[in-house]
Amino acid sequence: MNAALYLAQRLSAMVLAFAVTAHLATILYAVRGGLTAGEILARTRHNDAFLFLYVVFVVAVAVHAPIGLRNVINEWTPWRGPLVDRALVGFGGLLFGLGLLAVMAVYQP
Amino acid sequence: MMRASHKEPGFLAALLHRLSGIALAIFLPFHFLALATALNGADALDTFLALTRTPAMKASECVLVAALAMHMTLGLRVLAIEFLPIRERTFATLSACAAAVFAVGLAFLLNVG
Amino acid sequence: MLSVEVWRGTDRGRFQTFAVPRRVNQTVLDVVSEIQREQDPTLSYRFACRVGMCGSCAMVVNGRPRWTCRTRVSESASAKGALRLEPLRNFTVVKDLTVEMTQFFDKWRDAHGHFEPGGAPAQDFAVVEPASPQRQAADAAIECIGCGICYSACEVVAWNKDYLGPAALNRAWTLVNDVRDAARDARLDAVTGEAGCQACHTHMSCTTFCPKGLAPTYSIAGLKRTFLLRAVSRAWGGGR
Repeated sequence: MNAALYLAQRLSAMVLAFAVTAHLATILYAVRGGLTAGEILARTRHNDAFLFLYVVFVVAVAVHAPIGLRNVINEWTPWRGPLVDRALVGFGGLLFGLGLLAVMAVYQP
Repeated sequence: MMRASHKEPGFLAALLHRLSGIALAIFLPFHFLALATALNGADALDTFLALTRTPAMKASECVLVAALAMHMTLGLRVLAIEFLPIRERTFATLSACAAAVFAVGLAFLLNVG
Repeated sequence: MLSVEVWRGTDRGRFQTFAVPRRVNQTVLDVVSEIQREQDPTLSYRFACRVGMCGSCAMVVNGRPRWTCRTRVSESASAKGALRLEPLRNFTVVKDLTVEMTQFFDKWRDAHGHFEPGGAPAQDFAVVEPASPQRQAADAAIECIGCGICYSACEVVAWNKDYLGPAALNRAWTLVNDVRDAARDARLDAVTGEAGCQACHTHMSCTTFCPKGLAPTYSIAGLKRTFLLRAVSRAWGGGR
């Protein structure tokens, strides 16, 4: 990958190291005794700290995943070039959009 | 005959890192869509969550959680090789990563209701 | 008797099997030489020094890239006494066990793997402190003799035709750490990008197989860090 993508990948990875650790810890705690919507929403509804952290999480993922996939596609398939890059930007946009939707769905402003 | 380099732990680490990344990338849009059902109220999300209470789904969730832990630990290994001055002892590092992934998967199975 | 499968042909070809008597302290180079001299003079292979200094005899022995002069049959042959000899991977095969090294050295050049003295002649001897971190970093990577084994072992070289490869990048790292060199910026530009150090995925196959015990993975990591530091300092300096 080129230098700019490399920078974005490593920076988003560092952000994700914290976000994923927190997310995994939350998952392991939250699934005890079964998971219900009520329990999830009780934690996330109108929770500004949650909103901030998870928006950062979504942005980092939307940057990190497409760049990683670009490496896989360029190295393991014959496809490459601007068309592939545009498709991956689209995928990043999809992750960002859906991610924000999910965050908003449980933040419930 | 498999390339000798493909039997080395460094390559295995890179391969697992890549495969878990692909799996997570495929999973994520569905994860977001599932949570987005809450837009229609808590009951809508509960309806979806009810679908996940089968043993097969629990097993899949465990695999996903393990894949996330795997991708993160192996990614941290890459960051360590690139940014820290210590020389890696690959096999020891990978054993630590595998232990962490196993611990996370097990913790999930033990905790999941 | 050893059963030795040898690649014949170019990129397309077949394996030909020879029977070679086992001898005490035999190396794989001894085996190949015996085949070519006693059994089939049309077999093509390379060697020069025979003593592990030149790297000319590098080829793939039972799946592992190594120097045949430094590979004893006793530790490389399979349990059934079989050897499989192939040319180095990721190179175009010229004939049988010899490969075309041009692209390997072209990439060395493209990575600016050569010393640049600069425009003005030096007024005095350069003072290079041997214990300095930069000199130690250069010394740790300087012993490369360009045998191509790391290039053969690297999966990214196989997956990305433009990738400069571990040897060229390793050499560039030694020069980035050479305080006398005048072309640091141009060299960092040369080793950055889709074909440069950022393409390395730390498989560490290069480090695993280097016969001189070098670690191109860490040289390449050094290049990644150096590039990042330069990018940060440029952004910082440009922002002021």
